[in-house]
Amino acid sequence: MNYWPLLGIAIVVLGFALRFNPLLVVVSAALATGVLAGLDLVAVIEALGKAFNDNRYISVTWIILPVIGLLERYGLQQRARAVIEGMRGATMGKLLVAYLLFRQLTAALGMKDIGGHPQAVRPLVAPMAEAAAQKTHGELSEGERDKVKAMAAATDNVGLFFGEDIFFAIASILLIQGVFESAGYPLTPLQLSVWAIPTAICAFLIHGSRILAFDRRLGRARR
Amino acid sequence: MITYEWLYALAGAAFGVWSLLSLHDRLWGNAAFWALLAASFLIGSHVSDLVNGLLVLAMVAIAGFGGLRRSNPSTTLAEERLSLSERFGNRLFFPALIVPLTAVAGTLLYNYTPFRETGLFEARRETLILFGLGVLVALVVAMLWLRPPLLAPAQDGRRLLDSIGWAAILPQMLAALGAVFALAGVGEIIGGVAGDVIPKGSVFLTVLVFALGMALFTMIMGNAFAAFPVMAAAIGIPLLVQQYGGNPAVIGAVGMLAGFCGTLMTPMAANFNIVPAALLELKDQNGVIRQQIGTALPLWACNVAIIYVGAFLLWN
Repeated sequence: MNYWPLLGIAIVVLGFALRFNPLLVVVSAALATGVLAGLDLVAVIEALGKAFNDNRYISVTWIILPVIGLLERYGLQQRARAVIEGMRGATMGKLLVAYLLFRQLTAALGMKDIGGHPQAVRPLVAPMAEAAAQKTHGELSEGERDKVKAMAAATDNVGLFFGEDIFFAIASILLIQGVFESAGYPLTPLQLSVWAIPTAICAFLIHGSRILAFDRRLGRARR
Repeated sequence: MITYEWLYALAGAAFGVWSLLSLHDRLWGNAAFWALLAASFLIGSHVSDLVNGLLVLAMVAIAGFGGLRRSNPSTTLAEERLSLSERFGNRLFFPALIVPLTAVAGTLLYNYTPFRETGLFEARRETLILFGLGVLVALVVAMLWLRPPLLAPAQDGRRLLDSIGWAAILPQMLAALGAVFALAGVGEIIGGVAGDVIPKGSVFLTVLVFALGMALFTMIMGNAFAAFPVMAAAIGIPLLVQQYGGNPAVIGAVGMLAGFCGTLMTPMAANFNIVPAALLELKDQNGVIRQQIGTALPLWACNVAIIYVGAFLLWN
């Protein structure tokens, strides 16, 4: 057995880990894998070209950008902020659970750029969570404040990661489709994206209850 | 019959416009990169594999050597946006909702009514084609409602596209890598090795190794997308699907999500974990990761269970 083609995998892993440009890494890995499997260089370039061409539908998703960009021009982000600000008045736990749900639902509907760390967490969610926690539990230590802010950022990530794949026209879903199709297993985007729902529910339950437990812990620490 | 070619013409036109606007702004690297991508969409089906391959190499060369830059097309100012958002209110969400609604409702309508007999859409392609239609409808609705300058959607779209940059074609490139892996027989090689390591016939153990590999490779590479073709070629397809007859949709979709659990636990995914710690001025650079581990580990275990139950127990 010729094990050399596995070097391609090593190139991907090392190249990403060492922070080379990912496109360069991927193409080098593809060329190395093909050549080490005994194909000549031209044949590998042809195979890569054919595979790239066959998977064009993955990059079709960007045609949504003019719609999102236009809505942003008219204040979509600002509107999303107003919705988040409307969650004020609740406890830190309730606020972050509500934001988790909001982030999961909007991402599942294809609006994954509503929210995010520079746009929503830093200016809104983190300060609101901090204020809510101080209102319920009194003055927080610096370490506790950092934990509250970190939890706000964590909530944004969890909501995005485990909401976005429910939207079918997203790169990760189409990448899965492409990889399986090249291996001879044709699937549809919706077949894949419905299977993101069980994990999304688990993510909401697990992270939601951790947020509430964290809020209770902050209260107990002060009694 | 409506095929992907229609969609590719639409995408080719969009990237072509973005290329021309980049040219107008004298962003030569951007203009060349988006022009090549437009060419791939418009003529990719009519040229040889070699030409397509050279096109890929040219795009990678431009991106790999820093040819792409952020653009700064004119748009509304932050204060203007605030007053506009107050004027239009929550209705601003509606045009964005048209897209998933058209695609999902359209797919259901097409598949569960006699409409399917018409064969209007290429088989299994209807959802993405309807997504394209949804985008066009949303764009027309937003244009008629908001009455922006004619070029506004192209310019504001380019602002977003250039903030994504070369990463816009990374998923497509990774899928192509998966195809090259398949051609080179990577799956058979690893399948052979893994078959010796994992006790024969242990479906659960194989699921565990697959999900663990997705999470660990993601943590090392900082990117679940990159881990996916590797683990799919190594274990997902040759062992779980081919040998044990699992449901490919569950293995693919939930395998990726197992990788996302890895993303929550690694400083390599800097944009999600390290940048926010800096933005929030946390003392501990890994503060966000520390708050995520408690969610990521049980959620990873849930994914293992979902694959085992969904792809095997319920499927067979």
